[in-house]
Amino acid sequence: MNRLIILPVLVPLTTALIMLLLPRRIAVHRLLGVLSTLLLSVVSVILLNSVLSGGILSLQAGGWAAPFGITMVVDTFSCIMLAMASLIGLTTAIYSIGSVDEKQEHNFYHPLIQLLLMGINGAFLTGDIFNLYVWFEVMLISSFVLLVLEGKPEQFEGAIKYVTLNLLSSAIFLAAVGILYGMAGTLNMADLAMRLPMLEHRELLSVAAVLFLITFGIKAAVFPLFFWLPASYHTPHVAVSAIFAGLLTKVGVYAIIRFFTTIFTLESTPFIHHILLWVSAFTMVTGVLGAVAQYDLRKLLSFHIISQIGYMIFAIAIQSPLAIAGGLLFIVHNIAAKTNLFYLSGIIRLLSGSWNLRQIGGLYATYPLLGLLFLVPALALAGIPPLSGFWAKLTVIQAGLEAQQWLAVSVALMVSILTLYSMIKIWNEAFLKDNPLSGDEGQRGREYHGLSAGKKTALIAPAIILAMFTIVSGLWFEPFFILAKGASLELLDAGIYSKAVTGGIP
Amino acid sequence: MNSVILATASRYLLTLILMFSVFMLLRGHNEPGGGFVGGLVAAAAFALYFIANGLDAARSILRIEPLRAAVLGLLLSLLSTLPSLVSGKPFMTALWIDTGIEAIGKVGTPLLFDVGVYFLVLGITLTIIFALAEEECRV
Repeated sequence: MNRLIILPVLVPLTTALIMLLLPRRIAVHRLLGVLSTLLLSVVSVILLNSVLSGGILSLQAGGWAAPFGITMVVDTFSCIMLAMASLIGLTTAIYSIGSVDEKQEHNFYHPLIQLLLMGINGAFLTGDIFNLYVWFEVMLISSFVLLVLEGKPEQFEGAIKYVTLNLLSSAIFLAAVGILYGMAGTLNMADLAMRLPMLEHRELLSVAAVLFLITFGIKAAVFPLFFWLPASYHTPHVAVSAIFAGLLTKVGVYAIIRFFTTIFTLESTPFIHHILLWVSAFTMVTGVLGAVAQYDLRKLLSFHIISQIGYMIFAIAIQSPLAIAGGLLFIVHNIAAKTNLFYLSGIIRLLSGSWNLRQIGGLYATYPLLGLLFLVPALALAGIPPLSGFWAKLTVIQAGLEAQQWLAVSVALMVSILTLYSMIKIWNEAFLKDNPLSGDEGQRGREYHGLSAGKKTALIAPAIILAMFTIVSGLWFEPFFILAKGASLELLDAGIYSKAVTGGIP
Repeated sequence: MNSVILATASRYLLTLILMFSVFMLLRGHNEPGGGFVGGLVAAAAFALYFIANGLDAARSILRIEPLRAAVLGLLLSLLSTLPSLVSGKPFMTALWIDTGIEAIGKVGTPLLFDVGVYFLVLGITLTIIFALAEEECRV
């Protein structure tokens, strides 16, 4: 079973290489993209199953024992993230068939998506901090190219901010890695978890912790380091925006959870969790206020990503088992809902010819089912029962109340209302109000109706799949909660993790 | 560049530098060298040939599309991990076969990996150099 651990990295890599060997066969690219992500989904479910039955799995690359070689570790948390990444990979592979034009496909769009997935999966799997850095780079370099693939001026403008900030964060990451290695003499996460409490010279420990927090804060787009996100996420092709929105910031959140539960515990660096609490409140508020002010569909949704990241950070700041479980549920819910909203915004753009809400309207009259489909992720995001967002939010807020963080809890509740407001704004503007451009009726939906039936299916199917996921995980909430609870208990007991990797010998 | 001396010399130099790059590749496992350096040296050989004889001549003497060479190299490296997967050892475990011939010694999967890196570096470097050269021609 341990051999399977490497597959989430190997499958996309092999797929990308086969695609690159057949650069002109776009049909093959599309098929391989779907097949590879299907295979990834199967692998991640098998991994989840075996972790649930047999505990944490680990693999020592090259047979070099734990603190010295590169370790790959799969615990429940990384399995959940892997499964979500494959779900988003699969739906994006399908959605791309309908939405991405052939010119970009010839410019290696599909291989780049596979490499992006490889980087993301690698980051979820690795048990070594320097290796995490490498996977971040793999992910970032693919994302840089995807961001500017169409070669439009505004894409380059967005990419400059995106690339600069991310390179800066990589540099800070390296500095932090250096400091940590200098102190502890190891970069293996499991080994660090055991060594840090016994460390004698711990003056620099807080420096390293804060540097890591800044690094992952930039990647996760928390307050006040988020401004690269709304500046760049609305520029690439919508399928690219969707996979970025769903997965990239969550890799940052994943790293924050991994670092500040397993490695830097509440005892070793208590101030971090104070910082996180404030950061989370500000992130929630600034994100949603930014969203309320926007009329560009994708900018509005981009600001919402930030706001939702705030809830996840809030959960990490409280750090009780219930809070972490809530945070995980929130990540799962948010990945599906957020990506889905981007898919649907792409469809809305094809139907109306614009991203600007002021120029869109009357979609409900002509496409009522699309309106309903849109309501599922929108209401889930706002936290309306019985959709997945409600339970996730409820768990986080309950954990906040237990921890007596009244201020942050009230902020979270207020932000929920504003989220609902901005979702209703999209609904009112795009679906309910009369079409402002009624004069040229013939123009409307021209782009969409020009597509073949197969492409239309490829556009709608992913949105339906993710909406089903949102509904199902809301209605049958209990198995998800039990899963998240198990994962959070595993995360908060660093001993389990260390023991699984190093065999318990420090 | 129109220099008869360089054009003539580059033909002999190409062979020499390529041989040196293979030497670098093979001595890599235990001494300074390896696939990365070897690949760079090989790319330098083709870059020199391109400077002396032009882009088309360099492309035709390379025979393979540089990007394709890079992809094949990466595939070769990937292939070198297969034996470890098949034999049930941890991923990327080095497996060696003792040929028994003194001049060759042990041959193993790290060598295959290094050869893959060699072609990857060669391919990527030349992809970049040729792309820049084409840009120059267009201007």
